[in-house]
Amino acid sequence: MHRRRFSRNLGLGLVLAAFVALVFALTVVKVTQGDRMHANDGKSMAGTAAQPATGTAP
Amino acid sequence: MTDIRSYEDNRDAGFGDYVQLLKPRVMSLVVFTALVGLLVAPVSLHPVEAFTAVLFIALGGGASGALNMWWDADIDAIMRRTKSRPIPSGRIEAGEALAVGLALSGISVVMLALATNVLAGALLAFTIFFYVVIYSVWLKRSTPQNIVIGGAAGAFPPMIGWVAATGSVSLEAFLMFMLIFMWTPPHFWALALFMKSDYGDAKVPMLTETHGRRVTRAHVWWYTVALVPFSLALGFTPIGGNVYLAASVVLNLGFLRGAWTIWRRDETVAEADGYKVEKSVFRFSLLYLFLHFTALLADAALRAWGGF
Repeated sequence: MHRRRFSRNLGLGLVLAAFVALVFALTVVKVTQGDRMHANDGKSMAGTAAQPATGTAP
Repeated sequence: MTDIRSYEDNRDAGFGDYVQLLKPRVMSLVVFTALVGLLVAPVSLHPVEAFTAVLFIALGGGASGALNMWWDADIDAIMRRTKSRPIPSGRIEAGEALAVGLALSGISVVMLALATNVLAGALLAFTIFFYVVIYSVWLKRSTPQNIVIGGAAGAFPPMIGWVAATGSVSLEAFLMFMLIFMWTPPHFWALALFMKSDYGDAKVPMLTETHGRRVTRAHVWWYTVALVPFSLALGFTPIGGNVYLAASVVLNLGFLRGAWTIWRRDETVAEADGYKVEKSVFRFSLLYLFLHFTALLADAALRAWGGF
């Protein structure tokens, strides 16, 4: 019984870790693609190109 | 009841039992068709977005599977094929399956909407609602047309994949939906003809039980005839191509031939050869759907390389 419970906990732990990694990866992609909130809303793609990184050089 | 109790005590659910709750074999079909719908769309997503989209479309499908098992636990316990599912075998409690199903439904809809767009998320939510409420709760036990209308749930994934990429429903998405929707009835009725099932004991009105095998045979043929125009029409849309058209013509001829044979032969002949034709048509129908979507993918790849 303990082994089964362990398999369940281990599985759930791995799933949660994968979920965190996925949300992180998705965030990185969304941010580097510019300020679009969605991949495509059916609106024009023009003007949604990636914004240049604005490092404020002194 | 006592034997089930003792079984429950010494068999705590493992991770695999929860995976079983999501109907992994159904999920594999969802993954494939959703992926094709997404890849043949004229707009391409970032690979991470595409992966996330397909993952949560599949998880949404799995969630609806869990909710279906929660609702159908009583009839699953009666039928041989489904007796060993996690709930009737006592490994997972019905309430737990309901919780898992609802939680995963919410997560997958929200994550799909965030990763792609709100319409895709809404379509996924509708698909889950359709499969659980319209099909499982309402139609499955009340009409022999259950699988005809219930087939719509299985037909949504390529459309959701398409919408995830493009943000809107178009003719191509509609025809991909219709291809699976029209394919489902002859596919399942061919199965119902050779699976000596116990739907009767569980009081599920399958066409073979309510209207007999003769009528079911006729239905296989006529629904196959109705399927053909949708399959061919998809070939003349922008996502179709030479590979798809060639595959479609060959596959439809094969399916029509099989369905015709099923219709023309009677039960004594079928019983004598162990339902050979029905079994082969069922297997062919799986290939039929798989190759249609593979052909769409092939044409998309050829277009990407500038051929055809």
